[in-house]
Amino acid sequence: MRHQSRIAFILLLSPLVLWLGLLILIPHVDMLLISLRERVSFGVYETSLTQYKKALTEPLYLRTFWRTAVMSVLATAITLLIAFPVAYYIAKMAKGRLQQVLFMLCLIPFYVSELVRTFGWMILLRETGIVSNLLQWTGLADQPVELLYTDATMMVGLVYTSMLFMVVPLVTTLESLDDSVIEAGYDLGGNGLSVLREIIIPHAMPGIVSGCIVVFMLSLGNYLTPTMLGGKDSLWFTEMIYNQFIVRSNWELGAAFGFMLLVLSSVIVWGMLRLTGRTLKETMG
Amino acid sequence: MTPDLECVDLVKRFGDTTAVDNVSFSVPPGSFFSILGPSGCGKTTIMRMIAGFLDPTSGDIRIKGGSVLDTPPNKRPVNMVFQHLALFPMMTIAENIGYGLRRRGMSRDEIDRKVDEALDRIGLPGIGGRKVDELSGGQKQRVAIARCMVLEPDVLLLDEPLGALDLKLREHMKVELKALQAAFDTTFVYITHDQSEALVMSDQIAVMNAGRFEQVGSGQDLYYRPGTPFVAGFIGESNRWKGRIERAEGGVMQLRTDTGLAMRAAGAALSEGDNAEIFVRPETIRLAGSAEALSRFDNQLKGTVTSLLFNGAASRVLVQDDAGEILEVTLPQSGEFASLKRGDTVHIGWAADQAACFGAA
Amino acid sequence: MIPTIPQSRAFRLVYGGYVALFFLYLALPLTVVAVFAFNDSQFPSLPWEGFTWNWFFGEERPQIGVFHERGILRAVGTSAFVAVCVAVLSVGVGTTNAFLFNRYDFRGKGLLYVLMLLPLVIPGIVLGISILVFSSTLANGVWDLAQMDIQALRPGLLLVILGQFSFITTIATLVISARLQKFDRTLEEAALNLGADRLTAVRTITLPFLAPAMIGAVVVAFLMSFENFNTTLMLVGSDAPLTIAMFDRLKEGSTPLLNSVSLLLMLGSSLLALLVILFQRRP
Repeated sequence: MRHQSRIAFILLLSPLVLWLGLLILIPHVDMLLISLRERVSFGVYETSLTQYKKALTEPLYLRTFWRTAVMSVLATAITLLIAFPVAYYIAKMAKGRLQQVLFMLCLIPFYVSELVRTFGWMILLRETGIVSNLLQWTGLADQPVELLYTDATMMVGLVYTSMLFMVVPLVTTLESLDDSVIEAGYDLGGNGLSVLREIIIPHAMPGIVSGCIVVFMLSLGNYLTPTMLGGKDSLWFTEMIYNQFIVRSNWELGAAFGFMLLVLSSVIVWGMLRLTGRTLKETMG
Repeated sequence: MTPDLECVDLVKRFGDTTAVDNVSFSVPPGSFFSILGPSGCGKTTIMRMIAGFLDPTSGDIRIKGGSVLDTPPNKRPVNMVFQHLALFPMMTIAENIGYGLRRRGMSRDEIDRKVDEALDRIGLPGIGGRKVDELSGGQKQRVAIARCMVLEPDVLLLDEPLGALDLKLREHMKVELKALQAAFDTTFVYITHDQSEALVMSDQIAVMNAGRFEQVGSGQDLYYRPGTPFVAGFIGESNRWKGRIERAEGGVMQLRTDTGLAMRAAGAALSEGDNAEIFVRPETIRLAGSAEALSRFDNQLKGTVTSLLFNGAASRVLVQDDAGEILEVTLPQSGEFASLKRGDTVHIGWAADQAACFGAA
Repeated sequence: MIPTIPQSRAFRLVYGGYVALFFLYLALPLTVVAVFAFNDSQFPSLPWEGFTWNWFFGEERPQIGVFHERGILRAVGTSAFVAVCVAVLSVGVGTTNAFLFNRYDFRGKGLLYVLMLLPLVIPGIVLGISILVFSSTLANGVWDLAQMDIQALRPGLLLVILGQFSFITTIATLVISARLQKFDRTLEEAALNLGADRLTAVRTITLPFLAPAMIGAVVVAFLMSFENFNTTLMLVGSDAPLTIAMFDRLKEGSTPLLNSVSLLLMLGSSLLALLVILFQRRP
């Protein structure tokens, strides 16, 4: 029996180890090694920090890096602000059928490819788009208005794309808050604001944290939305990675960029977990 | 003296169903008032209307003489201990107890002092820094009460707060709740479906059924002088029959049950030919070895013991008479019947005025 | 702020209005995509030139419909092939992972669990390039050693499948673990007690219990793979899956053909999603 159980254990362990080892750990180590080398001549490389030096001194690279970080944080904050009242409505105000229908309505758009969603925004917002036509028709504009290719448009797209990943964890945690706890808050003299601050938000914290982490990650790693909706100056860090790898075939610099993005996301995720005293296991598992 | 709480012609309808049907009662200051009834009888609806989480369809709720219908729940001078307590899991014990005080804008020092005082009062000094889930069921119970009592409410509402506790603890908390009520000297309104909780703790009990109050009175009243068949059946246990009055004279009636048993009963003013419901408690039936010992009882039967239901002080025997009728009889603990066993022949008897008799449709 | 707390009428109206606006925001882009699939024009934009089915069934230029457009059909086939592979692989590994984490205690379990979650917090593009880099290191190594060129290690479908598998497995593991945790171990013990061996007990009792979660995970994995863009973009070779093919066309300028493809995608994935929801609601 013990022997059998040992074999079963090894059989179960090996796919996990193969998967994590061959597809996650070793590739990232390899990527790190590549980012740490410099091509001296054809086929000859030597270890150096040149790529990182380049990445950290070139103003365009650095600016894009910080811009991506700041905009992602902003997109996360806006998503949270928009999603919270909606999630609260679904979890606590709507009852029975309505609740289920609203929740489903939230889910369904996200079973559709991000490409389609972005395409939708393009149809709406481009110069010949619906909104532009609407503005002309109502007389608010006297000529076609180009609404694409600005930071604000990109923000609209980013928020839209990651909305689900904020709404779902929020609804789940808010639903687990017993109505009687909210009633007790009122019964003991609280009003809407104090109940929100002292009872509802602290209770929803796990959902807020996991929602924010996922939304932040998705924004940071987004490629489509900034490419299709963002302007020429609103370069996103993922576009630079793509450019180095596919367009310029400069894998060393591209790998260094990839690593910077990974470090940035790890630091922010770690910081968020640290700030709220939670672990990755609790938040994602 | 103005009653602390007064409900006048209270009605609550949800669509077509009437959850609370014209209920009126008043609770004098400092008393322990219970609403006792099976689940779904409307007792929780009454409590939530008093707390302000439901609006009555009609009628009035007055606290210390003034109507509170237009007062939102967070401004009403009543506080509530919720069924599952609803302690705030995101706060410490001290923060829980201080919550209402913070809402009143009390200074931090004063809140700390009051919280400590309350913790002393409930016999849990020094636990203010702990988390809610570190406490035992009984401790949580006391914290939930303290959380309300620091606000010095005119009325404290308790919604089956002992339901989640295990049996031993529940017995203990009954005594403790009563003591806490005396210590705080506040009016308690307590709802429960557990008659023993209501009987042990209350000054007054309202028995509720299908949206109406059946009877309001002390525990003794309800137990010894039930006013309706529902109360007689709900409080305590009974052998019960349906039957017809054969003869009525001077308050004592001769009747025959549908199963053919003849008996004498006192009570309701019924006349010959009326249908009746009869309730006889097992503890009022006397067990004897011979018929002579029962000569002073109006009702006497001879039967065979078919089963012994041993349950300590509450032990019973099932006795089957010659006609096949089975009666539950309390087994006296005096030792007299210690050797009683299945198949023994016994005599049983009870007085006519121990049988509660009500008219039936 | 729950229905039992009295609130002013104005507050309820404003709140309800806000929620309605939110759902309008959700529905707007998808609605316009769907509507313009029927526009009898070369561009998915106003003015509205009339209703047509041509973007679905049209056979001749300039309005070739989805069902006659070879490139799109081939891309759909590629995507479906990739998605099936990814779904089968990731649910298989997800199931073994779930059993491993649920049934065994071993040193390093906590660490492995966190590692297992990591793919969720690695940006898709970074996952893609790391696998690209590693596979080409491997391919170069093999070339240096044996002068053999292994095409499978160059950008192409195998890498796309592996890249998507690398993070979808985490999601499959979480979905299946959640259900396995609810499993009552005594049922398995009862099976053993009634004469089954351990493997039979798992096969006849535990796996049927897990089936709804596994089917759910297959569908979710399929949809995620079908829609994946970021990881695929870095690993794609000459056979482009649908999202990449659409992206390329979108860059060149869009025709309502893309709308009709999108509409079909929406219908397909909603249908699948609804099926799963219905299937899982059945007790």
